[in-house]
This record gives sequence, structure tokens and C-alpha cells, in this order.
Amino acid sequence: MKPIVIVGAGQAGSALAAKLRALGSEAPIRLVGAEPVPPYQRPPLSKKYLLGEVERERLYLRPESFYEDAGIELVTDTRVKALDANTLAVAFEDGASIACSAIALCTGAEPIRLPEAVGGTLGGVFTMRSLSDADALVPAFRAGARVLIVGGGYIGLEAAAVAASRGLEVTLVEMAPRILARVACAETAAWFKALHESHGVEIREGVGLRALVGDGTVRSAILSDGTELPVDLVVVGIGVRPETALAEAAGLAIENGIRVDAFGRTSEPGIFAAGDCASFPWNGGRIRLESVPNAIEQAEAVAATIMGVGAAYVARPWFWSDQYDVKLQIAGLNSGHDAVIVRPGDKPGSVSHWYFAGPRLLAVDAMNDPRAYMTAKRMIEAGQSPMPSAVANPAVPLKSLPTADALLTEQP
Amino acid sequence: MIALTFVTHDGNRVETLARAGTTVMEAARTANVPGILAECGGACACSTCHVYVDPNWLPKLDDADEMEADLLDFVWQPDAARSRLACQITLTDALAGLIVEVPANQG
Repeated sequence: MKPIVIVGAGQAGSALAAKLRALGSEAPIRLVGAEPVPPYQRPPLSKKYLLGEVERERLYLRPESFYEDAGIELVTDTRVKALDANTLAVAFEDGASIACSAIALCTGAEPIRLPEAVGGTLGGVFTMRSLSDADALVPAFRAGARVLIVGGGYIGLEAAAVAASRGLEVTLVEMAPRILARVACAETAAWFKALHESHGVEIREGVGLRALVGDGTVRSAILSDGTELPVDLVVVGIGVRPETALAEAAGLAIENGIRVDAFGRTSEPGIFAAGDCASFPWNGGRIRLESVPNAIEQAEAVAATIMGVGAAYVARPWFWSDQYDVKLQIAGLNSGHDAVIVRPGDKPGSVSHWYFAGPRLLAVDAMNDPRAYMTAKRMIEAGQSPMPSAVANPAVPLKSLPTADALLTEQP
Repeated sequence: MIALTFVTHDGNRVETLARAGTTVMEAARTANVPGILAECGGACACSTCHVYVDPNWLPKLDDADEMEADLLDFVWQPDAARSRLACQITLTDALAGLIVEVPANQG
């Protein structure tokens, strides 16, 4: 029997392999990863792992014995060189090639790096994506060191929080007029800016990086406002690009990631994709999600498709972030919102921001407010929307928020 | 190593061993216990590792903190006395033999 080959041994690849077995697949399964370690969790890398609160082995999603016991051949430290979509074959860098019964691409995403021309390859310049990135960063995160964080997205903010907690002097620059500009409303951005400033982080919005300067190792940063900032290290958090090179070279359709249908099928029969690398249908359009829950659920949907029991994947987006003693939970996707309702939480310091498009609830950012998060998540997944006026009134309990469904269904 | 038992919603028992200092969620993941999703990997952010603790073991557990208690209030079929998030129960020698039930749904 030809094997099912899963390219990419991250959260999606691991979930896909496990689900194939859970659904009774008897095919040989080969799970191929470029990194030298078994599949692991990435989210703690910029949080507890960087703080030194969780050891390496606890990041691994499963013990290595799991893969053996399940008959999943885990191949680490190995890069796939090419795919042949016509013969459904996978070629490795060592020259070996295998014919497959199915190929699943779970290749994830790569952090965007600063170009060499602006000092991006100097020593002391880090990205935050892989275990090796985190391992390189840990020794550089010494108290008193001066760190520049480039990019005010969630990765940059999490790195800033860890750095400040460890006693580094932290400056964060964001080229856009405010932090979190791509992912959150102005209210959420302002809330996190104030949080970081209260921990001594200097946040400069509307300020980009012109160049990093140093002889081998970074010594200073020249900012777009002309200031030169002495630095000991730099963390670059300016986003990721979906890893599509293999798919593109094999002639698969690419559209902000590897294009798949609701069943996880790419443009070529027998080749599937899931996780951060894949874009899929959503509300009449197409999205790509960078999140653990999507990686798991889309991968499991692909496993079901391969096993002939597939159903259309319906994403239920949610996200979280930990910064200092704050837990941020996000339900839904806020794109297209035209109003944000601020609801104070039951406890000091807790608050939630509810995104609406007309009467329809799209998403919620909940800061230390798990009750608001859970309420909103349930509503969004059920297609319900609370009355905005009730959301704005903290005297109305979350569990009895009146919904506006009747109102919505009356509309043509 | 600490012995513990998961009872799945259809009555199957999964007996396993886990290292002290790790969590019940990690033990479930390692033993591939069906019904424990643990999407956030132990960050107390998602409530998809909900379990019902056997009443005999309840007195040996620390109380849930506010974050966990708030999430538990919204899980599918919560049991005010026995519901916990498996990622928030750290295994110690005092918990040797722990029995937890896995709900039919993590929704």
C-alpha cells in the first residue's frame, strides 16, 4: 500500500496523522518535518517557554512513543525538495523519492525577516516562530539588556511582555499609526498600549525602522524619525508568510496561501493542505488563519476527506494571548465591523470589546474576561447576536443578554 | 510516576502513568484519550479539556482559580461540584490513583 505523506510536522501535520489513525486508516503514514524535534506547541514559545516556566519536553504534543505505537513514521530534520502532482510523488533532498496514495501539505508559515540591506542578518537580530528561535533568544534575554521589538502585533507584544518581565529595557516600534492595526480595534490597541507602558515598555507608534547598525552584531537602530537607539538585541515580529514554495513549484493554485476547497483539497487531485499555509472558503470569500485551533480542526477535516468521510470545514476562529497577568481571548473575526461596544467586566481590570457589523456580532476581544469570551463564542457559533444596547450595559448579565435574531431574520 | 484513570463517556477506561508535576491534560494527550481536545495546550484559554473529577478525589484538589471557574461556568453540562479543566490539575503523589470522567462533548 502506498503511504500517505504529510509534509510538515507541526500542529496541523501531527493532528492530521493522529486523526487518520483514529478514523481507521490502515495506510502507512509518513510525517515529515524539517525541524529536528517531534511536533510541538508553538504558542508557549513567546510566553511561558521564553519566561523559563515550562521545559522543552512539555512542549512536545505527544511523546515519540505515540507515533511508534500508532504506526506513524515520524521523520524529523528532513526537507522535502519537490512534489510531483501528476505521479503523486514526494522527492527528498537526499535524492530519495516515494510514490504516495495522498499528500497533505501542512507546511505552516515562515516569519518575515528584515533584509540584509537594513541589517537584518546581523547577530543579535531574532525572529520568534520556532523552538530554535526561542532557544537562541533565551540567553539574550538578560536583565538590563536593551531590546528593540520591531512590530506591534501579538507576537511583538508577547515578546515585549516577556522581556519587560525579565528586566530588559524594552522599546517597541510600530510603523502603522497604532499597534495591532491589522488585527484589533483602536480600543483594544489603546488598552494594550497602556498595559505595556505601565510595565515600563516604551511604545512608539507611527515609527518604522530605517536600519540596524553594527559590526557583526547589532549595536543600534536608526528609526524613521531619525533617532538612533542603542540596542543589544532586536526581535522582529512583522508577520509571517505562508510556506507555499513546494506547492507553487508543483503547479498548485496559490491564493494567499495554498488554495483549498472546504474539504481541504488543493487544485490537484490527491494533494491536500491544512493549517497556516492554506487559504479556504469563508463567508463567500477566502481566508487564511494563523492559529492552533484552525490548524487542528482543518487538519482533522482533511483526514476525514482522505478517509472518504469528509464534510465541509466550517472554521470557528478563536485566538488567545498572554501578556503579563492578562489573558486575552478573541472569538470570531472582526473584519468588516462598523462599531465596537465596550463592556466593563465583573472584576477590576476586566473588559471586553464587541465588534458589530450592523446588528450582527462578528467578534469579541476579552481581556481577563473569560465569561464575556465564552458568551460571545457560543453566540457567534450559533449565529446569534446580542442587542448592542444590552452589551453596553454591564447591569444586564451575560447569560441573559437578549439576542437580536428575530430582528435579523426579519430583514430581507 | 503517578497512576490515573480516564473514563470516557461511553464507559471505556484508559489507565495511564504520568510524571509528577505534569498535568492531567498532558497525561490525557500522551495517552491519546478521546474527548480531551486541549486546543490551547494548557494555557487555561479554551475549556476544551473539561473533565468530571471522581468525588473521592475532590478533597485532594486545590480550588479552581477565577479564570478556570469562569470558563467552567460555560462548558457543556457543567457540574458545579466535579467539573475541572484537566490542564489546571497538576499531578502530585497525593493524587495517585486519580479517576476523572471525560464528558461526551467539549462544546
